[in-house]
Amino acid sequence: MNGSAAHSRPVAATLSFAGRLAAFRTEGFPHIPVLIILTVVLVAIFANVIAPHNPEVGVLGDRFRPPAWQVGGTLDHLLGTDHLGRDVLSRLIFGARVSIIVGFTAVIFAGLLGTTLGIISGYLGRWVDQVIMRITDAWLALPVLVFAIFLAAIVGPSVSNIIIILAAVFWTRYARIIRGEVLSIRERDFVRLAVVAGCSKWTIMRRHILPNVVNTAIVLGTLQLGVVIIAEATLSFLGVGVPPPQPAWGLMLADGKKGMMAGYWWLTVLPGSCIMLMVLSANLLGDWLRVKLDPQLRQL
Amino acid sequence: MKRFVLKRIGLALLSLFLLSLTIFFLIRITGDPAVLLAEPGASKADLDAIRTQFGLDRPLWVQYWSFITHALRGDFGQSFYYRTDVFELYMSRLPASLLLAAAAMAFSLLLGIPTGIIAAVRVNKWWDSAGKMFALLGLSMPSFWVGLIMILFFSVYLGWLPSSGSGTILHLVMPSIALGWVFAAYNMRLTRSSMLEVLGSEYVKLARLKGLPEALVIGKHAFKNALIPVITLAGINLVIMVNTAIVVETVFAWPGVGRLLFEGISFRDFPVVQANILMAGTMIVVTNLLVDILYAFIDPRIRFER
Repeated sequence: MNGSAAHSRPVAATLSFAGRLAAFRTEGFPHIPVLIILTVVLVAIFANVIAPHNPEVGVLGDRFRPPAWQVGGTLDHLLGTDHLGRDVLSRLIFGARVSIIVGFTAVIFAGLLGTTLGIISGYLGRWVDQVIMRITDAWLALPVLVFAIFLAAIVGPSVSNIIIILAAVFWTRYARIIRGEVLSIRERDFVRLAVVAGCSKWTIMRRHILPNVVNTAIVLGTLQLGVVIIAEATLSFLGVGVPPPQPAWGLMLADGKKGMMAGYWWLTVLPGSCIMLMVLSANLLGDWLRVKLDPQLRQL
Repeated sequence: MKRFVLKRIGLALLSLFLLSLTIFFLIRITGDPAVLLAEPGASKADLDAIRTQFGLDRPLWVQYWSFITHALRGDFGQSFYYRTDVFELYMSRLPASLLLAAAAMAFSLLLGIPTGIIAAVRVNKWWDSAGKMFALLGLSMPSFWVGLIMILFFSVYLGWLPSSGSGTILHLVMPSIALGWVFAAYNMRLTRSSMLEVLGSEYVKLARLKGLPEALVIGKHAFKNALIPVITLAGINLVIMVNTAIVVETVFAWPGVGRLLFEGISFRDFPVVQANILMAGTMIVVTNLLVDILYAFIDPRIRFER
């Protein structure tokens, strides 16, 4: 009797804790990731107020100080110092600024370029569509990271160059997906009515098509934020990204190698954790937005 | 089918054309190519000699044509740093990269496939959630950071594994995990979704109705079919690994083509950088082409897509 009662329990009640947690995550708002992103954004904005030290100037006498809680650490340098005696916490705080600026602007530029091309390609069709899509396909076939490294190595390291390069490399996905959406929107009644009413092609694209693909562009952008931040860190790590002595998380990891063999773990663990937390949060937010805003993108 | 293949080959050629055009013109837009092609600190006379040697005084399209014809013959010039033919240099580094990529591939499949299967069989249970978290983490950690953390732990603290270099099988362990980590996450996701699809199919239902033990249904009927997309993707992943290993090879001082590219960038050894990018681009474009054709061969629906 007991056994059969157990079997006839409703499925929802037998869901494990982790299962319910997963269900909650797809239903509910991702509080923690959003909190993390907001914190990083605020820290980036107010970096010069929060940071206890100048991130680019160190005291050579204070080289490789461990975090405050370890033997030899001081409260003056809460998270220790690097190989030039610069305060790690201050560099992390200012590094957030670089990550946020590069990440958001590159994603926005890539999104603007890709969305514009996608709308034009999808709405105008014919040879315009052919030309834009062939270029997009050709661009998509290239190895993104290697190509970005090459471009960065040629034009030289600077924050603005990185933004341009990453935007130039990452626009293709927007163009492809948004073109696909425009193809179906274009056949809808409100667009046909606009044509009958005498709207010009540009007005239709701007007033009637664009508002209908904005959701998709936002979802794609959020999902790409993490990829772009990792790409920036990689370029900086290789020495073709943000130029020293500017603080960037990828650059800090490259510098951290100098103290790694001696066991100075904080120079490696801390900047990487910042990157991971930021990227993880962006991915979780993107996943949630995808399900909420755009059911068509679920299979991505 | 023939039309599809021809169209895809045309597209691949267009990709390569765009790549070569971008490389060629970017060098000329961003500065004097003679400065890039000359060794750092070359004199005025050296620069002039290079201009005539590479024909930089000729019209642009003539220059482009000679750039392409030389590249097609595998002539990418001489490395400044190593003082040898760039193409030979690249080829001498390729085996190490292939070895690393193969090891990383093995790791990513060995970790990704079983976890993916478990996640699919126990869908929405604890295992599935753990797998999802693992995949998400894998996609959020830069490969070079995974490498650095492993060095810190296994080389510096525990002293079990060598932190850099090559030669023994122990040298291969950490680089292949660092490189394969992200791909393991991809493989896990792919195996899971592919397995879920197969488990819902008619022939799996029939196998169950026949009364086959569950292990046999999953192991024999479902697993084999679910594996097809994973294995197809493994081919292209291998090529991607060879060409994106630059960061991991740099971290572990692994003597492959990625490390060569990094050295090229650091020493401003421009012919090496250029050859590396062209080779990487070509490999990826060609692999994409082969995979597309293979897919079209397997699935006729793709052939008739616009």
